[in-house]
Amino acid sequence: MTSLHAAVAEVVDPELRVVTIEELGILRAVTVDGERATVTITPTYSGCPAMDVIRADIVAAARRAGYPVVSVVTALSPAWSTDQISATGREKLAAAGIAPPGPAGGSGSAGGSAPAGGPVPVRLSVRCPRCGSPDTEQLNRFGSTACKALWRCRTCTEPFDAVKPL
Amino acid sequence: MTDVLGLGDDALIAAQRLAQWCARAPELEEDVALANIALDQLGTARLLLSYAGEVLGRDEDQLAFLRTDREFRNVLLVELPDRDFAVLIAKLFFLSAYQHLRYGALSSGADERLAGIAAKAVKESAYHLDHSAQWTVRLGDGTDVSHARMQAAVDEVWPYTHELFDEVPELRAPWLSTVDGVLAEATLTRPQDETWKPGGGRQGVHTEALSYLLAEMQVLHRAHPGARW
Repeated sequence: MTSLHAAVAEVVDPELRVVTIEELGILRAVTVDGERATVTITPTYSGCPAMDVIRADIVAAARRAGYPVVSVVTALSPAWSTDQISATGREKLAAAGIAPPGPAGGSGSAGGSAPAGGPVPVRLSVRCPRCGSPDTEQLNRFGSTACKALWRCRTCTEPFDAVKPL
Repeated sequence: MTDVLGLGDDALIAAQRLAQWCARAPELEEDVALANIALDQLGTARLLLSYAGEVLGRDEDQLAFLRTDREFRNVLLVELPDRDFAVLIAKLFFLSAYQHLRYGALSSGADERLAGIAAKAVKESAYHLDHSAQWTVRLGDGTDVSHARMQAAVDEVWPYTHELFDEVPELRAPWLSTVDGVLAEATLTRPQDETWKPGGGRQGVHTEALSYLLAEMQVLHRAHPGARW
């Protein structure tokens, strides 16, 4: 059981290969009933295309740990939040040049009074993961994957990805 | 289950329309944004149609690829052709404002499975709403040309927004409050509510635009039934 959990927890996110699914907060539970293992995960975004790869990687990791019968269950509730990314996960993201998310704050379901009327968590500043400068600008709310936005550092001029608070 | 199928079809058809913009948006960043929003819509559509399919005895692929136009339950708004970028933005803005309210309400509803899907989707729709609202303001409060085209788009699409509230009339007031704030900031005029309120999508009566959209979306699956990667 402990070995199974450890093995599954090592699986990395195929789109953010520096963090494991446990550090990302999408590994919800690992249970064993006799020879049958069940791993529960939750998607970051509804349409996250990495889920199929993650499921396959979990099954492979469990088999290597000696559990040939594995079912991977997807649980939506409670919905994943970037607040569930661990401190280690955040450090690894930053070290890989991806700015970790600020606090998501709340469920996102309340009406907002932001200028454009959207209840999106707004960050006043994202620190450049390369040079540390707070003088950065958002180029696009949407980025190379569903969970990231595209930013640029005004100090070192380097563009970078930032995980969106969700 | 009518709700689940209708909302799933809204998301699926919206995803297909948005995907048609890939590589056609005014700038590269917008290609990325619209593709991301399409992916979110498709993800929600899969969750909703899988749920509806379990009740109806069909799977998500059968529902998406093997139904005819008369069997789709999406609102007309999502199937309308995107005549230009302003029409796309007007449709996305009105739809996201609606989806955000609808998913928010459903996330605390009695149907636990639907509540779970809605609680996930509401957070994503907040980004869609924010993005389309920013574009509405940018185009409306932009040049004379962008203002005129954005106003024309709002005028063109407006009658189709009434159908959104056929099942949930209580959501129109909060929807109008969001919409009015953004239109005002965009220096756009909210159209009068005329007597022409096209509807019927939830009953399976659609515009011809849906048939063309379905032809493109379904052709591969119908030509090669059961094909796998």
